[in-house]
Order: sequence, then structure tokens, then C-alpha cells
Amino acid sequence: MMPDSSEGEPTYRGAAWNEPIIYQLSKRGRRGSAIATPDAEIEKAVGDVLSKIPAQVRRKSAPPLPELSEPEVVKHFLRLSQQTYGVDSGISVGVGTCTMKYNPKVNDALARSPKLTGIHPLQDEETVQGILEIMYRLGEWLCEISGMDEVSMHPRAGAHAVLTNARIIRKYHESNGELDQRNEIITTVLSHPCNGAAPAVAGFKVITLYPNETGTPSLEALKAAVSKHTAGLMITDPYDTGVFDRNIAEYIKIIHEAGGLTAIDQANANSILGRLRIGDVGADLCHFNLHKSFSTPHGSSGPGSAPICVKKELSKFLPVPIVAYDGAKYYLDYDRPHSIGKTASFYGVIPNLVRAYAWIMSMGAEGLRETSEVAVINNNYLLQRMLKIRGTTLPWGESYPRRMQEARYSLQKMKEETGIGIDALNRRIVDLGVQRCFTAHEPPLVPEPLTPEPVESNSKEDIDQFVDAIQRISDEAYANPKFVDEAPHNASISRIDASPATDPQKWAMTWRAYIRKHGYPQ
Amino acid sequence: MRQTTEESLQVSIHNSCTLVKLTPVHQYIPNSDPEIKKEMLKVIGVKSSDELFSVIPENILFNKKLNLPHSTSEQQVRRHIEGLLAKNKDRTEILSFLGSGCWPHYVPAACDEINSRSEFLTAYTGDVYSDLGRFQAVFEFQSMIGDLVGMDVVTCPTYDWASAVGDALRMASIITGRHEVLVPRNISPDKLSIVSNYCGNIAQIKLVEYDPRSGQVEIEDLKRKVSKETATVYVENPNYLGVIETRTQEIGEITHDKGALLSVGVEPLSLGILAPPSEYGADIVCGEGQPLGLYPSFGGASLGFLACRDDERFLSATGHRLISITTTKRKGEWGFTFVLPERSMYAARDKSACITGTGTLLWAITGAVYLSLLGPTGIRELAETIMKNAYYAMKRLSEIPGLKVPVFPSPHFEEFTVDFDGTGKSVRDLNRALLKHGIQGGRDVSSEFPELGNTAVYCVTEMHSKEDIDKLASNLTELVK
Repeated sequence: MMPDSSEGEPTYRGAAWNEPIIYQLSKRGRRGSAIATPDAEIEKAVGDVLSKIPAQVRRKSAPPLPELSEPEVVKHFLRLSQQTYGVDSGISVGVGTCTMKYNPKVNDALARSPKLTGIHPLQDEETVQGILEIMYRLGEWLCEISGMDEVSMHPRAGAHAVLTNARIIRKYHESNGELDQRNEIITTVLSHPCNGAAPAVAGFKVITLYPNETGTPSLEALKAAVSKHTAGLMITDPYDTGVFDRNIAEYIKIIHEAGGLTAIDQANANSILGRLRIGDVGADLCHFNLHKSFSTPHGSSGPGSAPICVKKELSKFLPVPIVAYDGAKYYLDYDRPHSIGKTASFYGVIPNLVRAYAWIMSMGAEGLRETSEVAVINNNYLLQRMLKIRGTTLPWGESYPRRMQEARYSLQKMKEETGIGIDALNRRIVDLGVQRCFTAHEPPLVPEPLTPEPVESNSKEDIDQFVDAIQRISDEAYANPKFVDEAPHNASISRIDASPATDPQKWAMTWRAYIRKHGYPQ
Repeated sequence: MRQTTEESLQVSIHNSCTLVKLTPVHQYIPNSDPEIKKEMLKVIGVKSSDELFSVIPENILFNKKLNLPHSTSEQQVRRHIEGLLAKNKDRTEILSFLGSGCWPHYVPAACDEINSRSEFLTAYTGDVYSDLGRFQAVFEFQSMIGDLVGMDVVTCPTYDWASAVGDALRMASIITGRHEVLVPRNISPDKLSIVSNYCGNIAQIKLVEYDPRSGQVEIEDLKRKVSKETATVYVENPNYLGVIETRTQEIGEITHDKGALLSVGVEPLSLGILAPPSEYGADIVCGEGQPLGLYPSFGGASLGFLACRDDERFLSATGHRLISITTTKRKGEWGFTFVLPERSMYAARDKSACITGTGTLLWAITGAVYLSLLGPTGIRELAETIMKNAYYAMKRLSEIPGLKVPVFPSPHFEEFTVDFDGTGKSVRDLNRALLKHGIQGGRDVSSEFPELGNTAVYCVTEMHSKEDIDKLASNLTELVK
């Protein structure tokens, strides 16, 4: 796509099919699939099986699903896909914290192999040696990359990994007879929200540290939070602000001296691949998001995949089963009496494990360092260009002028001077054929936050096009803020009525609820 | 990528007149070209990228080379992985009768077509203006699950059925302010372990016995255990042993009499012929979406859905994302918005009711395609085919001397128990023997439920032909002689 220049009308138009809800396309009597019928002899042998279901649990009327033919169904969902902006659609530089890198097609092709999709998780182990070998080797590679000793690939996404780690921390203290005493997890507000949410769900009291004026918490703040109640530290490093917390080794030491464990969230590993191994720094547990640093597709928000890696002292607590090798064959090891048990069904998001295996193999050791190098170059190049844009500032820029994989900017100045902040900018940028930007998790700390992450798979031209779009919106904001505020103008739809977000009379999470509350649309 | 292995380096050196160190330009990394890097570093104002990494204290930098394979070409990667996958025996090579949480069903080609669309596959967190289609497809999935289970609220789905149960029970505890949950003892032990990892610290899990005569929840034991402390009673329909719970109405009344909530777990295709749980008073419904257009994939493609009453107390007690339909400034145009976003983990952090962030939306989109293709008639026909095939299998196996099939004289859907005690052989040995004939027998539950003796849970769906079932029956007949 040729970039829209910062002058003249943008040429981009979002696909706007004005596609009805599928129920509006329904015509009584149509069908979208021919169902396999039982063999005539089966029909004869079993007779009226439905009569075996007592009337009180038998369905009385058919579910009101839509009725469409296959071509109509395909057309409908194809149009919906066209109204969705994926990584392959264009510029996703703005979507920080998500590591929107290219998802290689060969990895998808391998994940769709019938030799993978057609195997059942409970099949005899001798019939699934191939996938077990892939999982085992991937585990070894992830341990090598993290500097850890053992791995579990069960967690489905980052938050699930952090919950699993919190469970392991509990089990560790329980096995030492200290769980009653050690009931607190320390985190930082700059860490991913799951570093607070997951330990709370696991039953811990959560202490949250805030950054000082330099952009990171002080060592004194951590020391003050540590006590005999400390079970562990669960934080992210590098942070979503793109700041690498230089005190990480000190944090780990302080927590260890207090008898706690440290779980360092490595979801943002893209800038440290092959350059920093959190296990070497002393961390006891960590996790990677394969759907971020390791190139597996984000799937419109899952399935992801987030293996955890731990030091050998903790390996006995890992969820069952783990993939093991006895020198002759691979097997699922359930004989682990200290395990926290199971945290999800079966063994993980298998198609994504195959994709990540393929990616690591394509990249090799050199390629991982190339990835982190270019991710950091791209980001600091973007940073230089962003700071030239009127209304944009870099909080904590004095203490941290350079950033790792991403950077958090503030549009507060633009907001004060023009009334245009991140919300309007995110609506307007879609008009320019560029994906919206990530803002910040709550609490934002930075007013009017904007957090792009120009991962290694973006070209310099992609990054330039992104900055040109921000520059253009800044120019528009200072010249014609009303126009920006009324955006989007060229997207799939115009401004939504957001009132159902908080109004129980209006919200409708299903079509049936919509009809009940609002009547059938005319 | 130009290969930098020793061999290719040697070849390159050999072919060129001057000795130059090869620098890799990687096919996935446009700016790996040294010239571009140099240009960008100049804009940044540093001489080398090492200066950028100086933000990491030197003593913790990793300066060695990772012990990983060398960069490998696409062709070699493909060949290597296909070679490994070839060691698996897939469903065309083994006749399998496994279900137990991952069921074999036909996947219409249109499901693959839509979930392979790069836009859906590679999108993530755009808003309604950039990702309208993603929002609409997920709303349509929510709507169709709502139709199946008879509930007005369906959330954005989580990882799998068991996670959804965990979230449902946490939710019930928060809504009622009570800290006991009742779960049937014949739930899958794996699922029980997962649920306990989700809600063990907020609610005590108590097991309700099952009736050994029916395989269903024992009503008397339920009455003994349900109390004013009970947040919710959870039942599954069909249950782990394949039995359809027929006294759900009664269970609902007993539960509600104590002011507790009824939570129901379902396999969605069974709802083509079974009553929606709302009819027997369910307050929360959850289940597994894998049967809706997803392959078994070694258990790696699952989706947990959760539905509940359209009641603010319920919505406030879950951190699951909720997509609502809305209108826009333009007449006749649909939009979508997140409901009560402050409940989500992203906003509430340690005050959130659950942890689901990245969920399973690609599978939800697939499920929407699948259910649209089935429609109201298709899902009924499919459920009937499954049930007939399963009943035929039960009939055939029950004719084999020494086998008791099913163990419980209750109605079944697609799974049923086979008791081999009368043959003097263990499920383990029989399954090994079957495998030699290209058959994978049912799930061995002998150690999970020792009181059932040598029992396996068999699964039969629309994927099994009469010949498949007859083949199983004739092999088993020979093996138990």
C-alpha cells in the first residue's frame, strides 16, 4: 500500500459492507450443511432413540439459530473478515505490549497438518511420538532461552501462566509449612495487570509498588514492602513503558533474602531474546507469550500460548503431565506427587507450540539476537521521530531517554492545546489505513497515553508511515480539531452509541437479548 | 535468509574474491539489512546498537551464544517438522473411540476457510472502528450459544470448559457471598483439579455422590449437603461417564430452595436434542466449544463458554469481557462496545474476579461459522445421528459375553461406559491388544473410579460408520474369548 501522504485527502477506505447481523439474513427453510445420516441398518437396529430421553429433559422446540445456505454463510463471514485489521493488513506499529510481529505462513501450514489436527490427546503414547518430541525439544529451547531448567506448556495465555506461577509459589510455601505466614505477593503497577490479578485469584494479598519520578519503583519502596509475610515478587521486566528496570537483580536478591520467590513476566521478551536470560539473573519462575515474542498469531484475541519456565527446585510443583524422555521414547509424566495438579485441559495450545518450534528453528540462535537488535533499533528510531511531533512527550524521558521494545508517550500537551487526545487520535488513525494504538493498562499513570511497539518485522517504511499518520493527526488537531474529534470518517462504521456499555436497559450480549430489549429492527 | 552455517560460509568465501564476513539479512526482518540499520542508528544518534542495550546492566547481559539450532531455511524447517509429525498416527490410521473432553466431529471446510482468513488469524486488540468484523463475529457466536443454552448473556470465551467451570463457581461465590460449592463426584478428576486451582481459595469444593444405579447425581446426598452456605450446585449434562442427567428440574428446585445458584455444564451438540439448561432453572451455564468446528489437535484447540442471567449482579461478578451490540450515528448501521469494562482484569487488576485476558476468540469465530452452517435443523439431525450411532455401538458391545454396556441404565448421548470385569481382562491390556488391530479403545477410568472396576468410557459420533463399530465389536469379541 502506498502511504497516505501528510497532505491531501487520504485515499484509504475501510471495507464498509454494512453487513447485517446474521440473524437478519436468515430465511426459514434454508440450510448450510448436509448432515451425515446413520446407516439404514443402524436406524433399524436402534429404533426411536429419542424416546429414551425423558420428556422433561428433551428439547421441545428447535434452537432459534439462523438459517442460511453455505454460500451465504461464507460470504457473510468473509465480509466480516474484510472488516477486521490483522497484522497482514498493514501497519500495526501502534499496538504496543502486543508484539504484533509477522506470523510466518509456513508455521500456519504446519499447524494445519492432518498429522497434527487428527490426533487425540488420550491416544496411546506410542502413536503420538512426533508431537511429544516437538514439545520436548521446544521445552529444551525455551529453557535455554530463559536460563531456566524445566518447563510447562499448559498455560493458554499470559494471565494463565501468571496464575500457574502464583499457584506454584503457593505450593512451594505450603510444602515448607509457611503458607499461613507467607500470604503476600509484591508487584508493581507498571507490570502487566495479571501480575496483580492472578496472585489475588490464587488467594494472595497483593501489594502494588508505584514508580518514583524516574519511572521505576525505588529499592527502598521494595525493601519497605518486604516482610515475613512475603511469598514472592511477580513483576514484568522490561515494562510496557519500554523501560528496563535496572534494579531487577537487586529486587530478586532482596526477595530471596526475605525467603520469597521471584516470578518475572517475560511477555515482553522481544527486545531481550538472546541477550538476557532472566534465569541467569536469579529469577525462579518466568513465562513467555508465544503469541508475542515467538510469532504465533494472535487469533483475534486467542488462542495464545504461554509456557512457564522454572528453576529445578520448583520443577516438582509443575502442572501434570510434563513431557519426558526416557532415552528411547517420549512420554507424559503424571507421576509427580508434589504437582499443583492440572490448570487446563490436556497439555497446551498444541498448534501454537508447533508454530513456535518452527519459528525458533527458522531464526536460530543468530536470528533471535537479530530479532532483539532490530526490535530495539526500530523502537529508538521511532522514538526520535515521535518526539518531533507537536503535542507529544515522553514521560520519564530524562531518566530513560532510550527504550527497549516499546515506549509510552503522552498526548496530554496536545489534549490541553487542542482538545484532541488519545481517544480521538485512535479513531482518526483508522481513517488513514493504520491500526489504532495501544494506550495503557489501568491505572494509566501517564495522561493521554500512547504506546506503540515497532517490532522487528516492520520495515523502516512501515515505521515512517506510522509516524506520518501521527504527524498528520497532530497537524489536523492544531488546525481543525473538530474534524479529528468527529472521526472516523473512512472506517467501516461511523461513531458508535457507547451508552450500552453501562446501561442495563440497553446492553445486549446476544441477539435474543437485543430483540427482547429493543424489538426486531425495522 | 542467506545461510550462515559453516558450509555456506565456506562456499561463499570460495566463490568470492575478497574475504568478507557474511551478515545475515533475514526474510522476516526487513531492517536486518546492515545499510538500513546504519541509517536508523544515525537518526538515533548512536554508533552501534550496543549503546542501546547499555540500559541493561552489563553484569546481567548474556554475551554467549544460545545453544540452539542454526537459522534454517523454510524448506528445511518444513521437511524436519513434517518428518516429526509423520511419526504420529492420525485418525485415518487409527480407528479411535476416545472422547472425554475432546470429541471427534466433522469439521466443515468453510470453518477452516474462515479461521484461516489472515485478517481474523492475525488480528488482536483493535477497536470497533478497525476490527468491526471481529466484534460482530464474536457477538454472533455469543448469540448462538445464547440460543442453544437459553440464556441472554454469553461472555467472550475463555480457555476451555474446565476454566469456564472455575470462573462460574467463583462467580457464584461472589454473587451469593457464600463459600461452598457442590460438584458431582463423577466429574472428571482432571477437571476437578483444574476447578480447584481456579476457585479453591474462594470456595470450598464439596462432592455430591452419584447414584450407583443410575450414574446420575444422588438426590438424597444432594439434599444432605446443600445448605445456606452453598453458593452453587454444579451439574454436567451429559456427565463425564456419558449419562444424561434426567432429574435436573428437581436438582434446580433443591438448589434454589436454599438460595443457591444452579450452574450447568454442557456439551453443546447435545443441545440439539436436550432441553436448554435455562428450562430447568440454570443461573449459569458453561461448556466446551471444541465440538463446534475444531479438530482434536492433541487437545490443543479448546474453548470454554460461559452464559448467565442478564442481571447486573452476575455481570459484576465476572471479569470476562462482554461484547454488546449497539447502533451508530448512521441509521441502520451496527456497532459494538465492551460492557462494564472496569470489571476486566486489565482495569481492576487485583480486584478482578478472574484472570482471562487473551482468550479463544478465533475459535469463537469458528464456532459461529459452524453453528450458522448447522442451523436449527442441522443441529437436531446431527445430535440424532450421534445418538443413534452411539446406541448402535452400545447394542453391539452389549452382545459380547462378559461386557456390561452401558454400566448405568440411563439415557446416553455420545459417550457410554463399558465394564470389562466379566472378561477377567484389564482395560489397559485390552486397549493394547486393540491397538495392534488399528483400534484405539475408550478412556480407561478404572483408576479414576475404582468402584467401577475395569471400565472404559467409549465415544461414538457421526464420524463412526457402521463398519467402524462392527470392526470394534468383532475385535473385542475375539479379544475377550
